[in-house]
Amino acid sequence: MQTYQDIILKLKSFWAAQDAVIQEPFDMEVGAGTMCPETFLRVLGPKPYRTVYVQPSRRPADGRYGENPNRLYKHMQLQVILKPSPDDIVELYMRSLEAIGIDLRRHDFKLEEDNWEAPTLGAWGIGWQVMLDGLEITQFTYFQQCGGIDLDLVPVELTYGLERLTAFLQNVDSMYDIQWNDTWTYRDVRLLDEQQYSVYNFEKADVSAIRKAFEIHEAESRRLVGEYQTVEDTAESARFPLLPAYDQVLKCSHLFNTLDARGAISVAERAAMIQRVRKLAVSLAAAWMDQQEAIG
Amino acid sequence: MAEFLLEIGVEEIPDWMIEPACEHLKRNFLGVLTETGLAEGVACVTHATPRRLVLAAQQVPERQADKEEVLKGPPRKIAFDAGGKPTKAGEGFARRAGVAMTDIQVGIDDRLFVKRIMKGRGTLEILGEALPAVILKIHFPKTMYWTGKSGPRFIRPIRWLVALLDGRVVPFEIAGVASGGSTQGHRRLGSVGIDVTSFADYQDQLYENYVLLSAPTRRERIEKLAEELVHDGLRVRKNDKLLKTLCYLTEYPTPILGKFEEEFLDLPEEVLETVMQHHQRYFAVENANGKLQPHFIAVANLDGDPAGEIQRGHERVLRARFNDGRFFWEVDQKQKLSERVEDLEGVVFHAKLGTYLAKSRRMIRIVGEIASELGVNDETSRHARRAAELAKCDLTTAMVGEFPELQGVIGGLYATHQGEPREVADAIYDHYLPAGAEEEIPRGLAGRMVAITDKLDTLGGFFAAGMMPSGSRDPFALRRAAYGIIRILIEGELPLSVDRLCELAGAGGHAGDLRTFFVDRLRYYLREVRGYRYDEVNAVIGASSEVPLDVRLRTEAISRVRPTPDFEPLAVSFKRIENILRKAGGVEKYAVQTVAMDLLEEGSEADLYRAVTALSAQVSRRKRMGEYAAALIAIASLRPAVDRFFDDVLVMAEDEAVRNNRLVFLAHVLTEFSTIADFGEIVSG
Repeated sequence: MQTYQDIILKLKSFWAAQDAVIQEPFDMEVGAGTMCPETFLRVLGPKPYRTVYVQPSRRPADGRYGENPNRLYKHMQLQVILKPSPDDIVELYMRSLEAIGIDLRRHDFKLEEDNWEAPTLGAWGIGWQVMLDGLEITQFTYFQQCGGIDLDLVPVELTYGLERLTAFLQNVDSMYDIQWNDTWTYRDVRLLDEQQYSVYNFEKADVSAIRKAFEIHEAESRRLVGEYQTVEDTAESARFPLLPAYDQVLKCSHLFNTLDARGAISVAERAAMIQRVRKLAVSLAAAWMDQQEAIG
Repeated sequence: MAEFLLEIGVEEIPDWMIEPACEHLKRNFLGVLTETGLAEGVACVTHATPRRLVLAAQQVPERQADKEEVLKGPPRKIAFDAGGKPTKAGEGFARRAGVAMTDIQVGIDDRLFVKRIMKGRGTLEILGEALPAVILKIHFPKTMYWTGKSGPRFIRPIRWLVALLDGRVVPFEIAGVASGGSTQGHRRLGSVGIDVTSFADYQDQLYENYVLLSAPTRRERIEKLAEELVHDGLRVRKNDKLLKTLCYLTEYPTPILGKFEEEFLDLPEEVLETVMQHHQRYFAVENANGKLQPHFIAVANLDGDPAGEIQRGHERVLRARFNDGRFFWEVDQKQKLSERVEDLEGVVFHAKLGTYLAKSRRMIRIVGEIASELGVNDETSRHARRAAELAKCDLTTAMVGEFPELQGVIGGLYATHQGEPREVADAIYDHYLPAGAEEEIPRGLAGRMVAITDKLDTLGGFFAAGMMPSGSRDPFALRRAAYGIIRILIEGELPLSVDRLCELAGAGGHAGDLRTFFVDRLRYYLREVRGYRYDEVNAVIGASSEVPLDVRLRTEAISRVRPTPDFEPLAVSFKRIENILRKAGGVEKYAVQTVAMDLLEEGSEADLYRAVTALSAQVSRRKRMGEYAAALIAIASLRPAVDRFFDDVLVMAEDEAVRNNRLVFLAHVLTEFSTIADFGEIVSG
């Protein structure tokens, strides 16, 4: 039997053989692998890039106190970005499944329309959900726009849902029964996480403190991007800390998700906060494009 | 004559876009043939799978016919000098025309001209130039670019192109992909780089490579193999929409039978069916009585499942889904619908139109008004108001969160489970009906009233905010809402008036627009759905469009009485009366006056007057009782008297008083008998 970590290792080496940089997870809370700078910023501009990384993705509202076999507060995405997308990408992707032991002559493989959109990032793409014997295992997206900017080179994003894929391959019904390695299960490794963060997100998170934090991070990002816009010297532009400014956007996005899970946001406010985060992401993306030119 | 084959090899196209894309492809292609004079006698078919759009044309001319062309030049006087020698202008013309001076002739208009034979161009060359646009102009609802933002747009990336004219490659290129003569088979069961020579060869080779090119063939295969999987009096529950989806999600479909635990049958059938058909795209299986059985049929894009792996995979997914469904059901029962009313404060109906709490409060009021308008009994009125109060509460449930397409249905099921009266539960269950042209209207009176109310409130809100549909844009499905109301009023036999509905809708300054909107839907319904002739509909609506149910009854009466011998001739006479009155200053001018008996001429005029008087009481009695056909037959019986009147009597008499009186009399006849239909609208013959 292939363990959870076997599958990760095989997928990483498969894509590494396609010249992808093996990145490590981004060290901040994100709701999806797309939000990491390795995707969000790398897809902007004309420079080719390829990377693969596992990103723990936190969605506070999806927590179920570790009691639901299929839903997790934090799930693991294996994220692949190929920019530009190669012509044989579907075939390559199918071969990656075969690399983890899925014989596609014996399984029902379908690409079903599913266009991905992330309103807080001003990003969207065209693609499919990949269905294997009726199970959605990957989101397959040709990015079209990111941070409100039309993309020069069209990247493909493959997001594998690692828990689902492993549960499928190990033939278990609960994600917690996944064998992480030969000794420990997913439950052993992650259950406490799920329980405690569910309690925090649904019961304990201090709404007013989080609101304040949201505002502080928002202000910090806005301040930095605003300052960048006033820099005239090219060398100064090139060394300006836009990456830290993007960290602040991610903070806002996560804090917003926490408030949302806590049920602290009214419907009208919800739309307004999404707009606020989106605005940060969009102005950051524009500044980033500008800086890339300055760097050359 | 040649055969042309085009295959656009694409990554998986969304199933629902494929048939329209084939239509566009065919239209674009034939458009090019027509423009270039190559269309005559061409027979053209299209086929498609998720990965290919295919067009095959037979009897395509190999080249355009040669054409004689006349090129006009300058006047002779300018082209030749006095000595008859060509001038610069003359030589220039010959050069441009590409002929020697000696080939030039002078026409009767004294200008130079030259006749040339234009060689027709080869079809290969013409198609090579035209095909990129033929392909890229296929309309898709949402397109993408894949070679960079300045590259072409299509539904998904184009990966290969086959274009053969009698086996010869028609050369062109799209997004770096050059046309050729080589195709690909099924993603895993077939090969790539399959060279083909003709359409027949192409189909054979695809078949060998596990691609069933024709959608009807795939459909038959699904239906046949699925039926073979079920035994013992079981059968596959029909679902044409799903069948079509699966035809366009597969190149080589193979049905696979799966089962699930019987205990899940405790869940409502609606939930099971939605999970299976909408989410998982499985066919449900039922017994001879139509009861759901613990089996399903998945359709794989493969040739079989000898080891049962695919079956087990689908079963596991379905089990997880059903478990979710059961979990949602249990969670939702912790808070009754009636305890969720205030939660609707947190659910926005539309940013400009407030929350669902506000909507449900308006609905309670409106449905109460409708109930009293219709004079329904107290119990039904109470049930309708209760249903209006609870109708939207399921929007806050976990089940509807997971299965939004079940809104209403879930509310109805929960209401039953939570002990609401059956009429209330049914009304909630049905209140989105009729959602499609083929769907039924709500079962009961309370449900009909609530369904009308919900739609009416939506229409009123959007109209008041000025967000009416325009052209093909109708993002809030307001046409469907209005049309649904018309259907419920007519098919549910509710005699409500359009004006009253518009009042209740709260459309503000746009009440008039809403009224017109309803009447347009009413016309559409009568003509397109009920199949009444357009002039009958115009005649009836011309008389009055007030109560849709009544309009329908009157239209029915007209269409029944119309074939009787007196009807159309009488309609012609009525039209004549209308014209006479219009020329004389308008119907209204005379209708307000009274007829002076003593000015009527004895004979045909007085006879008609007596006939009219005798009839009018009878007609209005029939009308009051809703016996419109009988009333119309009675009116038609006037024909001989009317005919004699026009034969014998000169309406525009010399004597002014007599003339005026005649016009008054005719105006009375017209208005008296035009309340069922405006006969002037009937087009005879």
